[in-house]
Amino acid sequence: MIELGDVRKVFNAGRPNEFVAVRGISLSVEAGKATFLTGPSGSGKTTLLGLIGCMARPSSGRIWLQGRETTSLPERFLTDLRRRTFGFIFQQLNLIRGLSALENAMLPAYPTGEAHRSIRKRALELFETFGLSPKEHARAEWLSGGEAQRLTIVRALINDPAVIIADEPTAHLDTALTLDFLDVLGRLKAQGRTILIAGHDPLVSESPVVDRVVSLRDGMIEGGAG
Amino acid sequence: MSRWIERQRNILDLTLSSLLRRKRKNAALFAAYTLIVFLLASVMFMSHALKREAASILAGSPEMIVQRISAGRHDLIAADAAAKLSELPGVQEARPRLWGYYYDPVTGANFTLVASGEAGLDPGRIAVGEGVARMRLASVGDSIEFKAHDGSLLELEVGEILPRGSALVSSDLVLVTEADFRRLFGTPAGLATDIVLRVRNARELPTIALKAAEIYPDTRQVLRDDLLRTYQAVFDWRGGLLVIILGGGLLAFIIFSWDKATGLSAEARREIGILKAVGWETSDVILMKSWEGMAVSLTAFLGGVLLAYVHVFLTSGVLFEPVLKGWSVLYPAFRLVPYIDLSQLAALFFLTVLPYTVATVIPTWRAATVDPDQVMR
Amino acid sequence: MILDPAILALLAGSVLISFMVLYAGAFAAGILRRWDIKSGSEGQIALERKTYLVSTLLAYSFGFEILSFFLFIHTAGRISGLFAGAMCAAGSLNVNPFGYPTLILKLANVLAAGVWLVLNHVDSRAEDYPLIKPKYRFLLGLVPLVVAEAVLQTAYFLRLDPDIITSCCATLFSSGSSALPLGMLWDWRIPLGLILYAVSAAAIGSGLFFSIKGKGGGLFSILSVSAFAVSAVSVFGFISTFIYELPTHHCPFCILKKEYGYIGYPLYAALLGAVVLGAAVGVLGRYRKRGSLAAILPQFLKRAALVSVCLYAIFLLLATLKIVLSNLKIGGY
Repeated sequence: MIELGDVRKVFNAGRPNEFVAVRGISLSVEAGKATFLTGPSGSGKTTLLGLIGCMARPSSGRIWLQGRETTSLPERFLTDLRRRTFGFIFQQLNLIRGLSALENAMLPAYPTGEAHRSIRKRALELFETFGLSPKEHARAEWLSGGEAQRLTIVRALINDPAVIIADEPTAHLDTALTLDFLDVLGRLKAQGRTILIAGHDPLVSESPVVDRVVSLRDGMIEGGAG
Repeated sequence: MSRWIERQRNILDLTLSSLLRRKRKNAALFAAYTLIVFLLASVMFMSHALKREAASILAGSPEMIVQRISAGRHDLIAADAAAKLSELPGVQEARPRLWGYYYDPVTGANFTLVASGEAGLDPGRIAVGEGVARMRLASVGDSIEFKAHDGSLLELEVGEILPRGSALVSSDLVLVTEADFRRLFGTPAGLATDIVLRVRNARELPTIALKAAEIYPDTRQVLRDDLLRTYQAVFDWRGGLLVIILGGGLLAFIIFSWDKATGLSAEARREIGILKAVGWETSDVILMKSWEGMAVSLTAFLGGVLLAYVHVFLTSGVLFEPVLKGWSVLYPAFRLVPYIDLSQLAALFFLTVLPYTVATVIPTWRAATVDPDQVMR
Repeated sequence: MILDPAILALLAGSVLISFMVLYAGAFAAGILRRWDIKSGSEGQIALERKTYLVSTLLAYSFGFEILSFFLFIHTAGRISGLFAGAMCAAGSLNVNPFGYPTLILKLANVLAAGVWLVLNHVDSRAEDYPLIKPKYRFLLGLVPLVVAEAVLQTAYFLRLDPDIITSCCATLFSSGSSALPLGMLWDWRIPLGLILYAVSAAAIGSGLFFSIKGKGGGLFSILSVSAFAVSAVSVFGFISTFIYELPTHHCPFCILKKEYGYIGYPLYAALLGAVVLGAAVGVLGRYRKRGSLAAILPQFLKRAALVSVCLYAIFLLLATLKIVLSNLKIGGY
């Protein structure tokens, strides 16, 4: 599904604070499977997720998405692709305060030009699935931790993406909520979606949902390429 | 096409809800914007309306006025010059006028006195403009005392107060009979202040003016069109002067809006970051910010124009009176005829919305080009 | 100098527009030198970011430029009252030698700006900025024109002196004037009219053919520009005389006045819109098969041609109506 070929990402190239986040990673992500990226902070997990999720372009190397090379696509096209293919769940949740839960969920679909009504319908169906229906009009900041987590999942699913990317999703969750989350991921996988998670949580890495664990250190894969 | 429309609609949805959420923060900017538009619009509406008033009033005045000049100053002219001038080909009518200024020591105002053959004016009776009546606290039937040229006092009874509608020209007017005029000012019989000519064909005016100058070399010929042009120029000039003065205010507003646009709050930055992270392109964010700017601009523009309309046409421009109307103690209370045209609004648009847009383009772009992967951290 | 708020607005506007266009031009030069869509380097990403700025700046600049063109003509008409001898914009533009050059340059810039905006729109619909280099080269060519226009306009307004006696359109555009052979145009009104209808029919026909079959875009473009030229000459050659019902009055500005129902505005707007789209079809035609454009451009061009054809039709319809309903008969009085 997703292929990385000797990908490198350098920040502030040529300047005194030059920093190489990812050095020469080659990786193959299988479709319909859940892959877990682990490693200490600074190992390049978040940067790698960003590269895979078409959020940033590599300084060198090549990336293929569903057989199509995305390395040098300009932002405009890349963003359109990203919108359609990926759904993101962030560590800090990143919900917009002051907007209702429903509006937050609908945001990623706004620029697609899809009719407002149809986006809303889909959002409400997802709310139903995740038990958020009563909170439709609640402001994002009033939601409980678990509800907010589920809202970010709904937001990630609004464009019906093939890949879900989650960056340290369980870092602020207790065990019960973590297991709930893993359960959701399992269901998404059963729908045929590809899952990519980054984090340290052993509950996740040892869960049956995760098919493969990749360890990173200092911007490279430990124990050779995958 | 419909995708494009839906995209605009969706983004506009978010724009409006953002604006409403941050009402207090945007309030100062909005107030300043509306104020600037209000001030500029008031100046433009007022000077345009005054110009039109002047034009419509002058439309009824005679095409040419012949005045005698003595030692560079306007002097009295022989009344029988009128007969001679009316014989010139093209002249419909020529008649002598008797008028002058009277300084009223009681109120410190200058009245314009005109000898008029109006029906209803017997010797001893006058018709006064509403400004005169107001200043002298006189109504019909009251008497006003005038100081004649020889120091004696002349009492004249107010027979009529001139209608309010003509206030712009008649406010300081006093109509008297010829006899009373000469009694008051001591103007000898046979002499008039000037001669007015009615000419049928405008193209003949230069020729007639030349001939009049030949017959009476010590006179000057004042054409109505020249007067009209002078009025227009004066109002333009005054209006333009005010606009330049307001330019300082405009500049301050522009700097303020630029500053506001650059200093985006942390909250606002975070929101843009989130939008980019969930799949908004830079152009989508720029579009949203542009809609924000447009919403603010349009509301401020409409609000300012409306307020200016009320200010100029319903309260007769209370704030600007002294500058635009000239320095005078005797001030006519009158209502300007409402008149707005598209070019005024367009000029207003260029002076306010364009600078605001220019000031906010670069800060907007900078805010929108944030890297989405920054948000991940 | 006449301190009129509209004039101040035009001057301020042209300064701001020039500033934005110069800024955009500077970026454009940088982009032309270093643009490489295939690279993922930070430099290229920064350039891509900058194109958003340039596009936004220019969208605003050219939008305001088009508005200012109409405001300029309207203002010239309005201040004509200040000049002895002037009765419409024709006179006020003649007060000093900068008036007409400003108008002509403004018109040229409006047309170029329109074509540029169409180019930009197409470029933004494709994924990989296929037209970026031609677009910015075009822009660099426009920058000096826009600045020149601002300079000329300023010179014109600064040199406006109400003491100067100028000519009315009656003398400038009358049959007896030595400046333009307009009397001849009236005498030749029938052949001229036939040429107008013939060229317009050809343009409309080729445009319809192109919008259906997708072939002959270049021919349509040439015909549409020719139709514009012929129409412009026709307006003051004879169409105006029928509007004024006076065979000697040819002024192209008086038809914008209230007395004639502001008919000038729709006539000129339709004509300008039609030629901008027609020219754009020609300019963009050669890119039809290129890369990412192959998917969207042919469709877009067909639609543009159709709109252009409709606008020409509107122009012809209005003009014909005015001629037929006029009290002045084609055979003269």
